[in-house]
Amino acid sequence: MGKTVSIVSGVDQAPPVPVAGDRTVQVWIGGSAGDGIASAGEAFAKVCSRSGLQLLAYNSYQSVIRGGHVCMHVRVGEEKVYTHGDDHCHFLIALNADTAARYADRIVSGGGVLFNADRVQVKPEQLALGAQAFGLPVSTMASSLLLQNTVALGALIRLMDLRMETLVGVIQDTFARKSKMVIEENLAAAKAGYDYAAKHFPPPRFTLKQTNKRRLLMSGNQAIALGALAAGCKFYSAYPMTPASSIMHWLAAHAAQYGLLLKQAEDEIAAINMAIGAGHVGVRAMTGTSGGGFALMTEAIGMAGMTETPVVIVSSQRGGPSTGLPTKTEQGDLFQMLGASQGDFPRMLLAPRTVEECFRLTTEAFNLAERFQCPVMIASDLLLSEHQETIDGLDLNVPIDRGELVNGHGVEGEYKRFAVTPTGISPRAFPGHEGTIFVAASDEHGEDGVLISDVFTDPPTRARMMEKRMRKVETALGELPDPMMWGQADAQVMLVGWGSTYGLIREVIQRLAGEGITANTLELTHLWPMKGDAIGTLLRQAKRLIDIEGNFTAQLARLLSSETGVRIADRIVKYDGEPFTPGPVVKQIKEMLRHG
Amino acid sequence: MAEITLYRSKVKPDWCPGCGDYAVLNALQKAVADLDINPKDILAVSGIGCSSNLPGFLNTYGFHGLHGRSLPIATGAKLANHDLTVIATGGDGDGFGIGLGHFVHTVRRNVDILYIVMDNQVYGLTTGQASPTTEKGTKTKSTPGGVIEFPVNPLALALVSGGTFVARGFSGEVNHLTELIKQGIRHKGFALLDVFSPCVTYNKHNTYPWFKERVYKVEDEGHDASNMEAALQRAGEWDGRIPIGVLYQAERPTYEEEELALQAGPLVKQPLGLAGRESVLLEFT
Repeated sequence: MGKTVSIVSGVDQAPPVPVAGDRTVQVWIGGSAGDGIASAGEAFAKVCSRSGLQLLAYNSYQSVIRGGHVCMHVRVGEEKVYTHGDDHCHFLIALNADTAARYADRIVSGGGVLFNADRVQVKPEQLALGAQAFGLPVSTMASSLLLQNTVALGALIRLMDLRMETLVGVIQDTFARKSKMVIEENLAAAKAGYDYAAKHFPPPRFTLKQTNKRRLLMSGNQAIALGALAAGCKFYSAYPMTPASSIMHWLAAHAAQYGLLLKQAEDEIAAINMAIGAGHVGVRAMTGTSGGGFALMTEAIGMAGMTETPVVIVSSQRGGPSTGLPTKTEQGDLFQMLGASQGDFPRMLLAPRTVEECFRLTTEAFNLAERFQCPVMIASDLLLSEHQETIDGLDLNVPIDRGELVNGHGVEGEYKRFAVTPTGISPRAFPGHEGTIFVAASDEHGEDGVLISDVFTDPPTRARMMEKRMRKVETALGELPDPMMWGQADAQVMLVGWGSTYGLIREVIQRLAGEGITANTLELTHLWPMKGDAIGTLLRQAKRLIDIEGNFTAQLARLLSSETGVRIADRIVKYDGEPFTPGPVVKQIKEMLRHG
Repeated sequence: MAEITLYRSKVKPDWCPGCGDYAVLNALQKAVADLDINPKDILAVSGIGCSSNLPGFLNTYGFHGLHGRSLPIATGAKLANHDLTVIATGGDGDGFGIGLGHFVHTVRRNVDILYIVMDNQVYGLTTGQASPTTEKGTKTKSTPGGVIEFPVNPLALALVSGGTFVARGFSGEVNHLTELIKQGIRHKGFALLDVFSPCVTYNKHNTYPWFKERVYKVEDEGHDASNMEAALQRAGEWDGRIPIGVLYQAERPTYEEEELALQAGPLVKQPLGLAGRESVLLEFT
């Protein structure tokens, strides 16, 4: 019973009409890689953020450095923006003809396309009904073709009735390290665009109420990196891999100032082994990668489990299998993370859902890794890692719990690094400490660390050590937060997802409410060890269950089935590389509810 | 000078009687005793294999890691606490087979680690397959028709990879080996010490007598260890005479010395967190 429905972007497009009551404004900036889309998009996002508006920005790009097609989606509103929105925009900045041709029919009535009239033509028949062509004669307005994005940005600021002085500030900050000439050129181009729009284009429409509220504009990876620093991470080793690389980039730029050693390793195997080496001697260490690099790390994850060494591993998922979709999002690695490495050992998997949670759960990951002396994984994905969002603020003063240590304390009798304890946790000592010498071994060992792997018959010790380590899972389950239900308890349907689909599910619940359908959702951030009984209770209370995931086989639903005994039969999945948008999901949920 | 017994753990080595690794263990214990390094300040890191069991026989801190991964673990540990004396140990399969990539990168990184490879030119713990340093033509369990590949030359590889200390020892010359270990520990930067450590069980070709007939000490022949070309030439010698001793040594800043994050001292002693440093958030406004 039940069915799995796959949603594919770009198929069965609805007309470019926002849902009733939606006051957000969507801006798309498209062109070839190298056209300056990200810089224009980020500048626009920053202007909005500094205008007291809220936004979410998602960049859809290809694995090419020059050429190809790239499109930045920015959605701005007066309230919290949960997704990059449905497949339409109010304003399109087309930095090449291809972009204009692709999206001219996706512009809502009253909106328009901004383009360089010297290079691109937009014919009325290409445009959606009521959309306008806003041609800009860039060659008469700026000193270089390279400035066409800045000219368009200036025009857009006018069309949305944002303030030119805000854009001036953003340009000055963005190019602060460049020459004065670069700043002057960009300011002149922006002003020319603004003035041209004021003179030749219709007065602002789709305006939003600006406020003095100041927020932070941040990506998931930046929040992870910041969380690591706040938690006292001193060592980050990694090998470049999209979409995890921007964690490395941000940390590299701040390493010297904030006392972090960033080591680019020769491969992911070295990266995680370095982090474990650093963790062994008492430094909080992290590594980050995506699915392919994570696959290389798996043996060492088991070693961290066996040697009871704390290590934090970020895996930002992208489309698989194999090299798959290097620049596209997916949630397809749940079982790779839960199944990584041979044998049974305690591990933890945290799945942040928002930028704030990227920060908060990263700080928690370090505490858990040291408290339970085991590998702690943070599951992100391209959408969560790379999208930018306005958030209200972050408290950098986070609790730091180093777990049970003998450092600085005398040890009575022989120190046993892997002492059998009721909690399974054995107090750690760091090399350099007097009186606690031990060897940590990836072979099975006794409480004192001495190998038993080659001892002919010591099954009792093996069993005792296995039970000691696994007892940490029971201890952790007693300490980890309980799963929660969010929304109306007696809702018609409970939506279940994990990670980056949080925003989608929140917006879908709002829209369903607008149509008289009540929905709630399961709040799930600590995926492993899983509180199966508590989650099962919540699932059983639901009138109807629908699972929403960005992978082919509904991996979370399968995990919940094994851990709670509740099978979620109705599943909405997506594995085309692009993130979910709310419209098709709302439509599908209504369909599923209609058919009982 | 400390007592050598201070560096003996309660665990007795379980190597085959006559194994070359006993001499390496003894020489290492003698060397750290001579240098009077407190056992608590030593971290011995190994991979997997007969010789990688060595940290368990030492009364120092140790990490017995994964096959081929001793060097990245040792690197992470050293960068995290460079007050420690970090010594990596392992075999030729561990270091020059599965771990070869890490070997080259660790050499060029010049982290201050001594890497002792007990090179017996065979896989011992897995009962006698060809290793990366097995001579061409050698018949082993996995190569009944003789090894087809040319062997890895670890010394030459270290030399061309920017190595700052490249040496070779022999288990049949324990006092010489002890001195090499001391020099390797004192060397500022990555020190490779490849040791002929005969496997008496699975390598019936490269035996103690075989080496005794061939090895000579480079210092006895007026070798200039600052001369890269001379070092490369000696590293290539195999047929007839085989050199032991320090082939090459150079001064270059270590990775730790050049790493900005370590200017304030060992990472493990630096303060944690961002409390009071809210200005880090300004770039997001």
